[in-house]
Amino acid sequence: MTQAINHGVTQRMTYLDALGLAQREELETDPTTIMIGEDITLYAAGGAYGNIDMTRIRSAPISECGFAGMAVGAAITGLRPIVDLTIANFIYLASDPIINQAARLHYMTGGQFQVPVTFRASMWHNQANAAQHSDRPYPMFMNVPGLKIVCPATPSDAKGLLKAAIRDNDPVLVFEDNDLWGMKEEVPLNTDFVVPIGKAKTHRDGSDVTIISVAGCLRRSLRAADELAKDGISADVVDLRTLLPLDNEAILNSLGKTGRIVIVDYAHRTCGAAAEIAAIVAEDGFDLLKKPVRRVVTPDVPIPFAQTMEKQLYPSRDTIAAAARSLM
Amino acid sequence: MLQNDIGGEAYFRMQKIRCFEEAITKLITAGEVAGACHSSIGQEAAIVGACMALNIDDYISGTHRSHGHPIGKGAVLNPLMAEILAKSTGVCKGRGGSMHLTDKSVGSIGESAIVGGGIPLATGAALSAQVRGSGQVALTFFGDGASNEGVFHESINMAAIWKLPVIFFCENNGYAAVTPAVSTHGQPDIARRADGYGIPGVIVDGQDFEAVYDATCEAVARARRGEGPTLIEAKTYRFDEHCVGLFIKGGYRSQDEMDFYMNERDPLVLYRAALLAGGMTDAALDAITAQAGALVDEAVQFAKDSPEPEPEEAFELVHANPVPIRR
Repeated sequence: MTQAINHGVTQRMTYLDALGLAQREELETDPTTIMIGEDITLYAAGGAYGNIDMTRIRSAPISECGFAGMAVGAAITGLRPIVDLTIANFIYLASDPIINQAARLHYMTGGQFQVPVTFRASMWHNQANAAQHSDRPYPMFMNVPGLKIVCPATPSDAKGLLKAAIRDNDPVLVFEDNDLWGMKEEVPLNTDFVVPIGKAKTHRDGSDVTIISVAGCLRRSLRAADELAKDGISADVVDLRTLLPLDNEAILNSLGKTGRIVIVDYAHRTCGAAAEIAAIVAEDGFDLLKKPVRRVVTPDVPIPFAQTMEKQLYPSRDTIAAAARSLM
Repeated sequence: MLQNDIGGEAYFRMQKIRCFEEAITKLITAGEVAGACHSSIGQEAAIVGACMALNIDDYISGTHRSHGHPIGKGAVLNPLMAEILAKSTGVCKGRGGSMHLTDKSVGSIGESAIVGGGIPLATGAALSAQVRGSGQVALTFFGDGASNEGVFHESINMAAIWKLPVIFFCENNGYAAVTPAVSTHGQPDIARRADGYGIPGVIVDGQDFEAVYDATCEAVARARRGEGPTLIEAKTYRFDEHCVGLFIKGGYRSQDEMDFYMNERDPLVLYRAALLAGGMTDAALDAITAQAGALVDEAVQFAKDSPEPEPEEAFELVHANPVPIRR
């Protein structure tokens, strides 16, 4: 699905294995890297962390605020913690140390401390888990200066962005779409392969309409582009990959080619990532627009349990394609 | 009885805190300080007793009542005073202010205005010390109010199960802002909460430097031996209001109570008497007091003479690995 990346030897693997590989490589090459989270030593039994000192793998009690805060304390005193928050909704319990401490300590201490901590959260939408297990919390954290936020949509980006997050000297939130876990592609094995934070990626060149995709919307966006092509509509598909900072240049460059823009995001409508992108377009790309901005997002309702209610809520190939057609 | 050199240094640090806070109070009254300031007057023995038990490279975290902690740990006063006066020479370059006097040079890793926020930071620093095998310990100062935050319990529990070298040091001054601790705790002794986590809980007289110092030394030794955390509760008292210059005064504590602590339980008066009994002279103690006062005067002058940050500096230091800032 993605274009081959020239980073030497590759191996076909899943998104989930790519995340595990990134983590294992960083743990093996940097003795200051540690992991903390719930149930994580269980996975270590399967070799997920390689041949490392298990004092660096902390299977924590169910105390998200506590261990997230501890990770911040460890980060400012010489370690490089990776915090696995598992279900993304649990990040709310850890939001105080993430927002009030991690995001601000470098600034508030006048640069005395760096905060190289990574928070991982997996998003489990569209799987009948109801509203307390189906959130996409990234828009709320986009409003927090000092954080960086990535949301890989492919196995290679999962590896490269997680490694970039771990190596970064600022707090980075990594939001992972659970429905991508089984997705396979060739992933670079080079241990220094990283995907730069803050850079979007164009997955398909087009000239009629821009589709800006957020996180796991990429596959549906590309399928929508295939549908549009049948009608002779050429879509330019851009995966943002990083939400903080946003790659404004990539958004506006694509808009410059097409003059039409559809923003696709599984998060809710109000103040979502798509809203911010729409605002950037309105402020800085208004003259490029041939038609109004369109958002294809999730309505402002809590995610219901029953699939008959849930499935309709999310952007789909058809709703994305319909939004694009409406701009022609 | 303590050696005179330790006692002299302890008295010096306590006096520096007292003089520093008195100077700040004057500056606030004169309208020369913006923002909230919380004075540590009355709590000097608890702070310095804890800090004197630590090495310079051991970690401390603290609270919105932040001035005393770095001073107790031995910080240079000039950058602290400059920070409170919002100057570019401030220890946090004017980005933190009174509630956040964090000084890395003395192991201070964060003074948090989020009540309880410093507790997991120090616990994490202890985890870091354990993983790195550095032999350092961490001590977190927090108040009676913070002991009702969930993160207090979460942090102690993790420190207990992993035997982290951390000391949970409660400055129980009896009031969370204006709410009495007796009205917010199921029983009056916060140290007894240690039982729930299988760690030692120790109550000390927070107005008595030596009691605090001895208890903290024992906790530090235990932590360095790899035996895990200790919860110390120093029963202390805040002489000023929750916040210097707070409009709402009194009404939540009695004049008798305040008079008792200020007249009978002033930690500086008590410790001076102990040092005199131990053989130090009035002249020596007066010299220490004068030296502390001179350093505070110098710090005030340094702060006043320092430049304010340029407005553009607001956009610097947001990240350690910079990315574009949207304005």
